Amino acid sequence: MTTLIIKGARVLGGQPADLLLQDGRIAAVGERLSATGADVLDAGGLVALPGLVDLHTHLREPGREDAETVETGSRAAALGGYTAVHAMANTDPVADTAGVVEQVWRLGQQAGLVDVVPVGAVTVGLKGERLAELGAMADSAARVRVFSDDGHCVADPALMRRALEYVKAFDGVVAQHAEEPRLTVGAQMNEGDLSARLGLTGWPAAAEEAVIARDVLLAEHVGARLHVCHVSTAGSVEILRWAKSRGVRVTAEVTPHHLLLTEACAGSYDPVFKVNPPLRTDADVAAVRSGVADGTIDAVATDHAPHAVEDKESEWAQARPGMLGLEQALPVVVETLVEPGLLDWAGVADRMSVRPAAIGRLTGHGRPLVPGEPANLLLLDPAARAVVDPAALASRSRNSPYAGRELPGRVVATFLRGTATVLDGKAQK
Amino acid sequence: MKRHLLDAADLDRADATLVLDTAAQIDQALAGREVKKLPTLRGRTVVNLFYEDSTRTRISFELAAKRLSADVINFSAKGSSVSKGESLKDTALTLEAMGSDAIVVRHGASGAPHRLAHWVRGSVVNAGDGTHEHPTQALLDAYTIRHRLGRLDGVRVVIVGDVLHSRVARSNVWLLSTLGAEVTLVAPPTLLPVGVGSWPVEVSYDLDAVLPKADAVMMLRVQAERMNASFFPSAREYSRRYGLDAHRMAALSGEAIVMHPGPMNRGMEIAADVADSVRSTIVEQVGNGVSVRMAVLYLLLGGASS
Repeated sequence: MTTLIIKGARVLGGQPADLLLQDGRIAAVGERLSATGADVLDAGGLVALPGLVDLHTHLREPGREDAETVETGSRAAALGGYTAVHAMANTDPVADTAGVVEQVWRLGQQAGLVDVVPVGAVTVGLKGERLAELGAMADSAARVRVFSDDGHCVADPALMRRALEYVKAFDGVVAQHAEEPRLTVGAQMNEGDLSARLGLTGWPAAAEEAVIARDVLLAEHVGARLHVCHVSTAGSVEILRWAKSRGVRVTAEVTPHHLLLTEACAGSYDPVFKVNPPLRTDADVAAVRSGVADGTIDAVATDHAPHAVEDKESEWAQARPGMLGLEQALPVVVETLVEPGLLDWAGVADRMSVRPAAIGRLTGHGRPLVPGEPANLLLLDPAARAVVDPAALASRSRNSPYAGRELPGRVVATFLRGTATVLDGKAQK
Repeated sequence: MKRHLLDAADLDRADATLVLDTAAQIDQALAGREVKKLPTLRGRTVVNLFYEDSTRTRISFELAAKRLSADVINFSAKGSSVSKGESLKDTALTLEAMGSDAIVVRHGASGAPHRLAHWVRGSVVNAGDGTHEHPTQALLDAYTIRHRLGRLDGVRVVIVGDVLHSRVARSNVWLLSTLGAEVTLVAPPTLLPVGVGSWPVEVSYDLDAVLPKADAVMMLRVQAERMNASFFPSAREYSRRYGLDAHRMAALSGEAIVMHPGPMNRGMEIAADVADSVRSTIVEQVGNGVSVRMAVLYLLLGGASS
């Protein structure tokens, strides 16, 4: 294994320092480091952050390899600065057995660009009727700790209660897609002034908030861990703030697109902006940003959702919901949180690496950049700005909502246990 | 005029008035003529691309195009390549490759005409998209009001019924307010969209309270599928509270008119004797629809030489 000295990187945006990577670990951090036979990487002006951890990625394999594979999604993740991604369970077949989660885990190992951590389905076939074999998935080689029916809400309150209780046996967490299905039949976009005008069926904020309110009460009652996926409304942030003040063991994530974009994008009827939960209002965007800033929202998670061209190049109502996120997540965070002064680089590390790793119980990720720790890190050029070109993305799909938009920050290099997965902005395999 | 007619919300006062004035000129030009046909669009091809059943709107557009001497192709989603899974984009590109100059589209999905307009070079006319808009219906309604009452400025129009799901209501709200009319929406609260507060209209839940001040009352069709979805307790209760019968019609002032975009549910939102009364413009609206659609096709395809 190579030895590498990263010269002059600003760890968490601090003073320039050198990092010595050796045998997959950070061997030393300091000034004017040297080592015989070491390669040297000039990182002047670059910010070093712990490798990012995504709690919410759709890799589409098995089943929709035309939209994404574990390998192409891993490459997109590495280019985005990630060293670990949680692969959601709504594949075909659904990841609701030890066999499927082990398959996804193995494909991730083979790709070798990030640690692919499978999420297990809460219920068989995501149908919301009976629990999948959660224990078998937890005990499998994939060591599943995060369980989610994402794409569907575990709407049955009794079943949700049982799931929350059951995963306590192996320190698991249920990641809830909070959407009361009876309130969102046929829903296409945020319900409000604009949906009324566009004639698109509304997805009311209350459909998300009602489920979050219910679930934090259930989590409190049974003393279980709850994670809330893709929080999108100001009301949800308020409920989470209240629950945390009561000591409920709840964590939450927000997506890059809910930090940056609003429902106004739907005015074009271009389904690249169709997503579930939908893009919300300016007030909601402000609320989720401040939720991340004050820690009410623990993590930024991509909900990277690749879709084939034909699933997006259609009428709005016919299109599949979801948008790409892995390669632009960090630039969006820089744009929406760092540059406005809501979050410093330590905060970015916390919300995009430390806390997501803790929620997923990943021991080798989200660690401080100090000697002895695994060399999972990224180097970011915060001064660079680039216009997003979907055709240039590593993802197999092109449904980026940021097409043509200039965003700050360029991931120059990513290291997974000391090995460069990205160098000079290019994937190494 | 712009290249497409996608929404009434997009029409400014000048363009909307131009359509109505052009329709009036067409009516005058054809009045009393034996051959009701103008040579204006000879050699141009208009495609009626209908993804929903709508006999009256399709026939109206077909007649409008034929009276302007255009070639007309009717493309129904049933029994076509669409039922084999062809996408809207592929269908649009196919029709354009065959030389269509304008596509008149009726579609169940809101915004489908906007998508279409991205993919084709010719003009797109929205003939009704989902629960979004139906701009030519609003234009023919405005034309009818102006024809009957002599003006639109300050005219008080009451629109009654399922506003939530009605593209006719949406188009009329935007167009009539652009043209200076005062619009009041009347419906049970369940059939008004969240967000209606931002529209340039008054809202009432009480039909009897607003009728005496109305110059025109537009009754909307209540779709059968709303009956069992708890939007209102029963068809009878809806009819009692929001239907227009002869008793209610008696509250209308002197020259006030009663409109309906059709097809009607007689006995539900409108009583038979109201529909057939002298106040009713329902048959007139159908005739005006052809003139207004001729004006739209002429202005989009014939060049705005007027």
